[in-house]
Amino acid sequence: MSTMPVEVGHPSVQHWAEPGHADDRSFIRKYVFSTDHKVIGCQFLILSLTFLLVGGLLAMLIRWQLGWPGLAIPGGSILGEAKAPGGIILPEFYNSLVTMHGTFMIFFAIMPLLVGVFGNWLIPLHVGAADMAFPRLNMASFWTAVPAGLIMLASFFVTGGASSAGWTAYAPLSASPELSGVYMGQKLWCISLIVLGFSSLMGAVNYITTIVNMRAPGMKWMRLPLPIWALFITAILVLLAIPVLTGALILLLFDQTIGTSFFLPADGGQPLMWQHLFWYFGHPEVYILILPAMGITSEVLSNGARKPIFGYKFMVYALVSIAFLGWIVWGHHMFQSGMNPFLGATFMTSTMIIAVPSAIKVFNWLGTLWRGDIHFHTPMLNALAFVAMFVIGGLSGVFMASTPVDIYIHDTYFIVAHIHYVLFGGSLFAIFAGIYFWFPKFFGRMLNPTLGKIHFVLTFVFYNLVFFPMHNLGLNGMMRRLYDPNQYEFLAPHQPMNTFISVSALLLGTAQLIFMFNFLWSLRAGKKAPPNPWNANSLEWSLPSPPPHGNFPAMPTVYRGPYEYSVPGHHRDYWPQDEPPAEGGHRTAEREEVHA
Amino acid sequence: MSEAAAMSASRPMEGMRVYNLKLGMWVFLLSEVMFFSSLIGAYIILRFAHPEQWAEPNAVLNVPLTGFNTFMLICSSVTMVKAFAAIEHGDQAGLRKWLIATIILGASFVGIQVYEYIKLGHEGFVPAAAAYAAEGGPLYGSTFYTMTGFHGAHVTIGVLALIFTAIRAFQGKYSAEDYGGVEIMGLYWHFVDLVWIILFTIVYLI
Amino acid sequence: MDWGWLLPEPVSAFGSEIDSIYYLILVITAVIFVLVEVALVVFLVKFRHKEGRRAEYSHGNTKLEAIWTVVPFILVMVIAWMSMDVWLEAKVADGHAPGDALPLRVAAKQFEWNVTYPGPDEKLDTADDFVKRNQLHVPVGRAVRIDLSSDDVIHSFFLPDFRVKQDAVPGMVIPVWFEPTTAGEYALGCAELCGLGHYRMRGSMTVHETAAFDSWVAEETSEPAVETPTPADTAGAELEAASASPSAPEDHDHSSRQPDSEGEEQA
Repeated sequence: MSTMPVEVGHPSVQHWAEPGHADDRSFIRKYVFSTDHKVIGCQFLILSLTFLLVGGLLAMLIRWQLGWPGLAIPGGSILGEAKAPGGIILPEFYNSLVTMHGTFMIFFAIMPLLVGVFGNWLIPLHVGAADMAFPRLNMASFWTAVPAGLIMLASFFVTGGASSAGWTAYAPLSASPELSGVYMGQKLWCISLIVLGFSSLMGAVNYITTIVNMRAPGMKWMRLPLPIWALFITAILVLLAIPVLTGALILLLFDQTIGTSFFLPADGGQPLMWQHLFWYFGHPEVYILILPAMGITSEVLSNGARKPIFGYKFMVYALVSIAFLGWIVWGHHMFQSGMNPFLGATFMTSTMIIAVPSAIKVFNWLGTLWRGDIHFHTPMLNALAFVAMFVIGGLSGVFMASTPVDIYIHDTYFIVAHIHYVLFGGSLFAIFAGIYFWFPKFFGRMLNPTLGKIHFVLTFVFYNLVFFPMHNLGLNGMMRRLYDPNQYEFLAPHQPMNTFISVSALLLGTAQLIFMFNFLWSLRAGKKAPPNPWNANSLEWSLPSPPPHGNFPAMPTVYRGPYEYSVPGHHRDYWPQDEPPAEGGHRTAEREEVHA
Repeated sequence: MSEAAAMSASRPMEGMRVYNLKLGMWVFLLSEVMFFSSLIGAYIILRFAHPEQWAEPNAVLNVPLTGFNTFMLICSSVTMVKAFAAIEHGDQAGLRKWLIATIILGASFVGIQVYEYIKLGHEGFVPAAAAYAAEGGPLYGSTFYTMTGFHGAHVTIGVLALIFTAIRAFQGKYSAEDYGGVEIMGLYWHFVDLVWIILFTIVYLI
Repeated sequence: MDWGWLLPEPVSAFGSEIDSIYYLILVITAVIFVLVEVALVVFLVKFRHKEGRRAEYSHGNTKLEAIWTVVPFILVMVIAWMSMDVWLEAKVADGHAPGDALPLRVAAKQFEWNVTYPGPDEKLDTADDFVKRNQLHVPVGRAVRIDLSSDDVIHSFFLPDFRVKQDAVPGMVIPVWFEPTTAGEYALGCAELCGLGHYRMRGSMTVHETAAFDSWVAEETSEPAVETPTPADTAGAELEAASASPSAPEDHDHSSRQPDSEGEEQA
């Protein structure tokens, strides 16, 4: 392969934020059709927080039905006769509620939050670039996600309602409108996710190219902040897993529309093939949903403890191992599916092994706190919650990994508990940590710390009240996706617990209003953010809040890793990556410290 | 010498030593490998489950015609290589000539495939052809049209991209110093060709 | 049933073996949970910011990394190894279910279980077979081997007390086996989302004393009318279900006692 003599398009030719250069872009170009990664990150933030709200509202409806089966929702008749006549949720609507709650949360909330928001915000700044490798592709990635979300929302309003086959869309139920009662809704579900897949893919190509090719001088691989390692590996997972989902969705769509039988047994189709294809994507997908959260947690914990991350190299190896092993465990979702039990045995082994790198990370986080100098700012509280909750989510996974135990707990609320401990207790708390940490940088204002701490405490308490008892519900045999568990005599005695969970869930939902208020109010009236409110080390904290278009005045130079906190003999307990080594008496001005 | 002085302040870390566009295209093509793998994987699973639904080679599909089509696509990869070689040496006329040749061959490939689809359709061989069971079952048609159809879509997009590239070539936008756009077009085109060789083998010959 | 982490009493022969693995995992994970969470809290208290004290500047400890890589690895491998035999015994009927197990056929469909009994000759596909809807009857102390299938979508045959769960997949016949240890009435449910009636796809499992089972079989086969399964209960046909459901005169069918009336689903 040849290399061009003068490499136009080479990463060295970047549009820096040269002082004196006026930013004369129009409003549309600056904030709507922007190619600036920071703006795109904010756009993804608005999109995903909106869908997080949608997913949360759907959850409230689910919990309403489970807490008070058959009770009319006040004002619920607004949902219409087809979904909730007189405000009483119908079984078919309930099935679409659980389906769409999962779908919106996974694809339109958590994934765009972790990958779209933090990927965009952090990657160019952390590697020392002016923007992403392909800024216009970046813009396209966001604007492709928008119609995908709208299509998914629209599916509620078509005849037959939204998809009700579960976010996992098992065939033949998902492939047969006659058997599911859902016609257009399932097709729109497939189309929406195919479109979203293109958005994700564009992002993955951009992230990988930027991280590989555009690291500033001195930014060696092992000096990258851990969120970047995590996002890099996540982008590779997205690159390789999403196309498999796209293929599967296309085949499903064909079964639904043009009469093929990929998954319909009558003409030789294979229902289990849907599961293999889906979970081959689906398992890497769950690591896509946790790895960036782990990266953010490492970043915030090290900063809050004023101590280098314990075992940086091993943290990187652990991220790589989790991602790698994640490709050979998909069958653990299929232990009871009718798949050959001997295959199940091999998947059990690989699944058990994947617990190890996760354990390493937990111990390294503890090691980071050991003999630290711990400051409990709001991001830190949320990052600590990630660790505490991820431990529970991870340990519950061991039960399911054991195939004989899984016979009993598969498709029960034990699984629901596990999912939510890793996705909410894990990912969402890390997302909160990341938002509290980086909001000042990208919006130029601090989020109110008092409101932040109240939000944290209420969320943490109610969240555990909602999800911890689900372990026990599952161990008592309560199955998933049940419109009315009271149909089963052995489950009826657990109604009080379901009601308790629902009350806690409503309180949990209400507590989020504090965050919403804090977010919106602080955008306008929050305390102005200094460049480095957390006394952190990575490159973005050397820049104004928010950084200008083009980020750095010129290509920065990196002298050390990102976790040089409390270096003995250094006059401050942090040492920014781009601060030249102290030679002689050259000292940069003290940066303003804000203890949140 | 301090680290700062030793480092060039104007160039980023070496990375893969491949410029952004090219790295991006390689990465994208990796995702395409996964996409076609999922379709081919489904085909393999279905064929092993129901081998009786597959017709003999050439019983339904036209192997000689498609064989010629394959040859044309391979030739188009050769013309693409020649186009790239031309611009590497700054030969603008050569670039334009060979791009046009690639477009013609590529478009012909699509044209012949469309012709084949229409002919098969008239014979009753459609994606869910249960009625065609004498010569194969529904799975045969479903997998055939899905795999070749998505490949054909990729070729079509490639032809459109080639036209776009050719227009830029005629505008003089490429040179011996800046031919990235042509190189990545070539990468995509070769990939599409490679996928076809695999598909042709498993769909038409086996 | 319990509010803690104890499982309901198992009533199948391999059920208690499955439970042993569960309790082993419970103990291991509970210990780790307590150790880790307590350590976390202790560290947060002990190492909280105090004026004048700096954090320790350490990048890690390779020896510790090795320890907390190897120990978890060994733990999970032990759990996997112990789980293996129990799994194969419970799931692989061939070689584990006794040759003289009572053969049954269960066909799942939206939204009921149709159970085919072999009758007194204990052979399926003979003239004395009979079908019951949503009712399983088996004798205590004798293995049962079920050929599980589905008529439409994926369902999941779940007998919680027996620690039995197996997805019923259309186009496949999947063997399920177990040996009931205690007489009584138990729950049968569907554990895979199968449509709008998934939540009420319940049945009953009655484990009889041997003599009682034999007389039940005799009763069922001596009656003139052999129960036929109801017509396909598709989403669209839900409305039809509100009217007559054919049932035999002495039908113990639970579906007629379902708390919800069919009328509720007429959207």
